[in-house]
Amino acid sequence: MSGVIVTRGLVKQFGRLRAVDGIDLDVQPGDIYGFLGANGSGKTTTVRMLLGLVLPTSGEIELLGGRMPRAGRRVLPRVGALIEGPAHYGHLSGRENLALIDASGPGGSWRTRRRRIAEVLDQVGLAGVGRKPVKAYSLGMRQRLGLAGALLRRPELLVLDEPTNGLDPQGITEVRELLLDLHRAGTTVFLSSHLLAEVEQLCSRVGVLDRGRLVLQDEVATLTAPTGATVVETPLPDRVRATLDGRVASSDGNRVVVRGADPAEVNALLVGAGVPVTGLALERPTLEQVVLAATGASSDRVEARR
Amino acid sequence: MILVELRKMFRRPRTWATIGVLNALPIVVAVLLVLTDLAPRPGQGPPFLSAVLSNGALYPLAALAIVLPLFLPIAVAVVAGDSVAGEAQAGTLRYLLARPAGRTRLLVAKLVAVLAFVLVTVVIVAVVGYLVGTTLFHAQPLGSTVLGGTGTGGAGVGGTSVSGTALTPQDITNRTLMAVGYIAVSMLGVAAFALFFSTLTDSPLGATLGALAVLVASSLLFTLDAASPIAPYLPTRYWLSFVDFFRDPILWRDITRGLELQGVYVVVLLGAAWANFATKDVTS
Repeated sequence: MSGVIVTRGLVKQFGRLRAVDGIDLDVQPGDIYGFLGANGSGKTTTVRMLLGLVLPTSGEIELLGGRMPRAGRRVLPRVGALIEGPAHYGHLSGRENLALIDASGPGGSWRTRRRRIAEVLDQVGLAGVGRKPVKAYSLGMRQRLGLAGALLRRPELLVLDEPTNGLDPQGITEVRELLLDLHRAGTTVFLSSHLLAEVEQLCSRVGVLDRGRLVLQDEVATLTAPTGATVVETPLPDRVRATLDGRVASSDGNRVVVRGADPAEVNALLVGAGVPVTGLALERPTLEQVVLAATGASSDRVEARR
Repeated sequence: MILVELRKMFRRPRTWATIGVLNALPIVVAVLLVLTDLAPRPGQGPPFLSAVLSNGALYPLAALAIVLPLFLPIAVAVVAGDSVAGEAQAGTLRYLLARPAGRTRLLVAKLVAVLAFVLVTVVIVAVVGYLVGTTLFHAQPLGSTVLGGTGTGGAGVGGTSVSGTALTPQDITNRTLMAVGYIAVSMLGVAAFALFFSTLTDSPLGATLGALAVLVASSLLFTLDAASPIAPYLPTRYWLSFVDFFRDPILWRDITRGLELQGVYVVVLLGAAWANFATKDVTS
């Protein structure tokens, strides 16, 4: 096994509930990996197992080349994490919180601590926050402070669970830019989220979890590759059907899907027949369509037993 | 890690508020005694209280005896019960463990912080007691201190004590220090219960109340004749034996038993706390 995060047959059983059911994750260096799944699908349990908080029932986890949870002391200092929302000591300032957590484990030298804290606070946009205790912070500020804590030791791997939770749209954009910057500097990012749009904008690879099983794991580019059909927009869909006899796969209002992976050829035929074309594009599935096709109903729905 | 936990503990306003409240009761008692001059009769009320009117230097012991049955164990149970469960409830436990703080190291650091709290609290109560005692009461030259006896009031231990002999100031100081140490060890037993419960639950209140329930049950059973076969094993059984340091010669029997009993409780409970915490799924 080699990779930043590799799991084999990872299982976690809570009583009678199989929260995580044999998943094989594969996150490579340089990925921005989107870990998708509905609420209750086992995302958080998986993240907790990766970080050694929850012990697997069976299966193996390799994190940065070390077997978890045994190698935790060696590899976890090189991982920055945001797990299910930030948590701090409310009566202390942001700076003191960062200093305490940094001093709580190996790999954070006290000599550089003050400088590192100033740097990460600047990175997350909290440089001017002063000595205010954390309990007076807004939700967005706490989220930023949590992110600062994750960045404190320049980690090789960032494991982020819903990092934009509680941020306003500008904040979300800032965090996205920050993550892209870090990624360009060589950080691997493992982003657990149920926000498809967020993952689609950021991630190069996705894994989709459904009721504890990994139902999909692939490059985003592959998943949203052209399907071999062309989407034609026209005010006269019936004329398209008449002209391209038998090649129309489906039509919905002014939008007609035509078999054929060459929009230019489709366009030429339609224009030659005098059909007005207002829009023309290769058909690509959205990530949302791919994910919905791979998963079932929302797993926090509780249906009545009949 | 230990320094981090100590910093957390003693930078917390609640810690100092607890210690402040703990000192308030003996001060109130001292003021009332001075104003009314009505000391409890020898053998009644908290130990040493009847003697302090004649010698304020004994007030540290009276102060400890006042807070020992209830206030001190509550304070210790609150702090120890909060140690792990409080972090779990605040959500900081997952960040500490993912840092990684190491579960055993974290538990040891928590234990040391609680131990420091116990020592600091007991010593502060003793020091404040001494200051209050020597300011408000007559501080007799200690050379002539007579413990027990009839005239000046007994040490609250009835007439069985080998008292009436004079103790030198040096003697009093030594014995007071030993008594403070003994009380600290007794409180360590409380801390061990609360720390163990603290690893079982994510609710600090639950852990604290669990430890207090044990103490209340123990005190209750102690008064019950039918429970006499198990009385020697009750955690609160020998708490008040610190009085025996002031008999002449020191009556070691109950003191030794008390230390052994607390030692067993502490070792067993901390072992259980470690076994539970080291393999626990942290889902808070």
